Amino acid sequence: MIRFTHVGLTYHRAGAAGGDAVALDDIDFDIPDGGFRWLTGPSGAGKTSLLKLMYLAARPSSGRIDLLDTDTLRLDRRGTALLRRRIGVVYQDFRLLRHLSAYDNVALPLRLARRKEVQVRADVTELLRWVGLAGRLDHRPEELSGGEQQRVAIARAVIARPSLLLADEPTGNLDDDQAERLMHLIRSLNRMGTTIIVATHNMGLVARHPAPVLELVDGRLVRHG
Amino acid sequence: MAKPHASRADRIGLRAAMADRLLPFMVAAMSFLAALALAGSIAAGALASHWLSGAQGLMTVEVPTPSQPVTANGPLRQDAVLTLLQATKGLSDAHLLSGAELATLLKPWLGAAAADGTLPIALPAVIVVKADARAPDAAVLGPKLASVAPGTIVDSGARWADRLAALTTSLRASAAAVLVIVALVAASVVAVAVRAGLSQRREAIEIIHGLGALDSDIANQFALRAMRLAATGGLLGGVVALPVLAWLALLSSSFVASAPAERLDLVTALPPLLWGAPVMFTLATALIGWLAAQITVRGWLKRLA
Ligand SMILES: Nc1ncnc2c1ncn2[C@@H]1O[C@H](COP(=O)(O)OP(=O)(O)OP(=O)(O)O)[C@@H](O)[C@H]1O
Ligand SMILES: [Mg+2]
Repeated sequence: MIRFTHVGLTYHRAGAAGGDAVALDDIDFDIPDGGFRWLTGPSGAGKTSLLKLMYLAARPSSGRIDLLDTDTLRLDRRGTALLRRRIGVVYQDFRLLRHLSAYDNVALPLRLARRKEVQVRADVTELLRWVGLAGRLDHRPEELSGGEQQRVAIARAVIARPSLLLADEPTGNLDDDQAERLMHLIRSLNRMGTTIIVATHNMGLVARHPAPVLELVDGRLVRHG
Repeated sequence: MAKPHASRADRIGLRAAMADRLLPFMVAAMSFLAALALAGSIAAGALASHWLSGAQGLMTVEVPTPSQPVTANGPLRQDAVLTLLQATKGLSDAHLLSGAELATLLKPWLGAAAADGTLPIALPAVIVVKADARAPDAAVLGPKLASVAPGTIVDSGARWADRLAALTTSLRASAAAVLVIVALVAASVVAVAVRAGLSQRREAIEIIHGLGALDSDIANQFALRAMRLAATGGLLGGVVALPVLAWLALLSSSFVASAPAERLDLVTALPPLLWGAPVMFTLATALIGWLAAQITVRGWLKRLA
């Protein structure tokens, strides 16, 4: 269960012209375990900000957030880290480690969880083959195309079978074919019980895969359902 | 797979995070200084205890107007004192200096007059006696002797010994201060290197943190590397210091030993504690590297998020 209770987020910009920026205002919603939501809204509406709160990269300025049955405001550093391990994230800007190969990037969550190398090898190789990167295991991010990097980022987000998957524009650099493959992967994870939230501008994709929508405009939730 | 993937030791891809080649050399220099300080303090201690054992072993007793009898028809004062000394537990080999011996002692101060016995003053008798641990204190012995020969003075060299002990203590304290300072400098050198590595890898660390790495996961990577680099430096400094220490030990041994054969024995000249210097410094610098890195990384991470 994910629950936002009157959540607000204000970015403090010390000394900057324009001062503080209210990114989210009085956000209130629930998502049951195993749910799927699209997150839509115009650019700058607050989609990434909302996801940031969920992947614990930012703390709400007001209100309360419960994730995977945990009150996030009560977490200490260790608790925060351990909760992060149960959340897979596809960042809008990928955030791959530049000095590591595609293989090692995808292996990171398993290695942090101290999984055995044999198992890491089997899982990573299979998943990278599945996203069409069997021949790119040793490539570093700069040796990959934008779409290939995005697929590495997706593989890293799902490799550890997270309880919650957050994807920020995961199809931005993919062609329609690859986007459909990704949706297939996401749907099968969802069927296995992962709660999923996908932020997107791609309304065609939303239309082809009907599901409840969280719509943000100017930091306010204007639609849920 | 053509290329090997990240090794087990580098599960989170931070292996190259601290490529500071200078670090071992700086730590080596610190270890070298620490070895010198340590050697100085040990040598001072050894010399002091050698001198002290020499000084403490002898007591000097001065008996004024020694040729007067204790009582009418009694023994001479100097003989009475001598008898008393011989009967005292812990004292042995009491020896009354002869006129010639006295004259030799006094010659530098009193000139030829001392030698030909034409001094206008009456000289006291001087008795030198060996004292061991059971010997009474000079403060106790003095009055006892003075009761048979008034004015008798006992000098055990205690005042001199006290000064020597104070000197040794302050030498040791300075050496300890040097050790502490050197250790702090080494820790700062490590901290600076770690900090440089952290800012160089800032983006990677943020990403790994976002994936759920614990502070300890990240700190351990840096601490392991810092420990290795610092320990290398410690070993290097300890090994380089050995010949210098041996030389110092040789120099100081010439104060202690008189036989040339003994002096030249480099191996025994170096106290066993210093032979362990390379091992000791390797361990100490490893610990310093590990701790400094842990503290630096954890502090940095707290400010990050
Ligand atoms: N770190 C920040 N500091 C200050 N303001 C920020 C920061 N991040 C985002 N904002 C502001 O918050 C608002 C919401 O940004 P956010 O990135 O959440 O939008 P978005 O819906 O993800 O947009 P897009 O579709 O373009 O990715 C924007 O007005 C943005 O300028
Ligand atoms: Mg965004």
